[in-house]
Amino acid sequence: MRLAILDTGHAFWSKLLFAFIRTVSRQPTPEALKLVAYRPEFYGSRMKAVTHEAMRGTSAWSVGDRELMAAFVSSANESEYCTKAHTAVSARAYKDAGKVSAALSDLDAAPLAEPLRATLRMLRKLTRENTVDVEDMRAVLAAGASREQVEDALAVAFAFNATNRLADALGFSVPGPKAFEVGAKFLLARGYR
Amino acid sequence: MSSVRALIDGLVASIREGDGQAPREQRCAAFANAGLTGPVRTLVDKVASRARDVHDEDIAAARASGSSEDQIFELVVCAAVGQAMRQYASARAALDATTRSE
Repeated sequence: MRLAILDTGHAFWSKLLFAFIRTVSRQPTPEALKLVAYRPEFYGSRMKAVTHEAMRGTSAWSVGDRELMAAFVSSANESEYCTKAHTAVSARAYKDAGKVSAALSDLDAAPLAEPLRATLRMLRKLTRENTVDVEDMRAVLAAGASREQVEDALAVAFAFNATNRLADALGFSVPGPKAFEVGAKFLLARGYR
Repeated sequence: MSSVRALIDGLVASIREGDGQAPREQRCAAFANAGLTGPVRTLVDKVASRARDVHDEDIAAARASGSSEDQIFELVVCAAVGQAMRQYASARAALDATTRSE
């Protein structure tokens, strides 16, 4: 973490929570949690609400689909921490790690429903080029995604295009696979609130 | 998730206009990635355009130019959310345009 305040500057109750989490999980305090717990009235509380609604709110997309979108956007941003974190959550939600790694390595060949494949293709362009046009959106709708599904996917992309930048700019250290497994289990049980 | 737009608007209002240690004008400039100068400009532009290329030196240079860690925290948050918001707005406009031109 490049700012010392994000390692050691938290309020007393947050530090107590971190100690509890370290004891129970036997893993370091997740860097993503340190970020949203620092001065939460400025950023973290509201970002947690946005992310929870995008990832766990009512949607025609499954939780596994939305976690795959999060992993996919993170991969397009080359954000190692977030890609690993949400690859683990998606694989656990789908109970199919192969599907997630296939989607991340070769979107065109991966065993995905066409609406999801077309949506991921659009999210990749949006993430890499910062913009999409009406033809990109028509392609997603023509593949069978509803307007509401497109809107829901854009909310996921918003959350992770912001979070990826913060993870990389603030220098989140990347833990081993066990930490992401523990994190995935927690995020599926409790969400992002 | 029909309420997500209102939640996003609330987040944006908080980081740009809410209580903070960096001046509101500077936070809004970081959000827009426009109108800044010096090391803070370099840092904010990297967060918006290529966050993977931010290094310890970029943070150190912003600190040396007079910004506190809390101010840098706020400006980096504004830069990251601002870029995500521009992408989101672009995509929403493209989606809206599919109905207008059909």
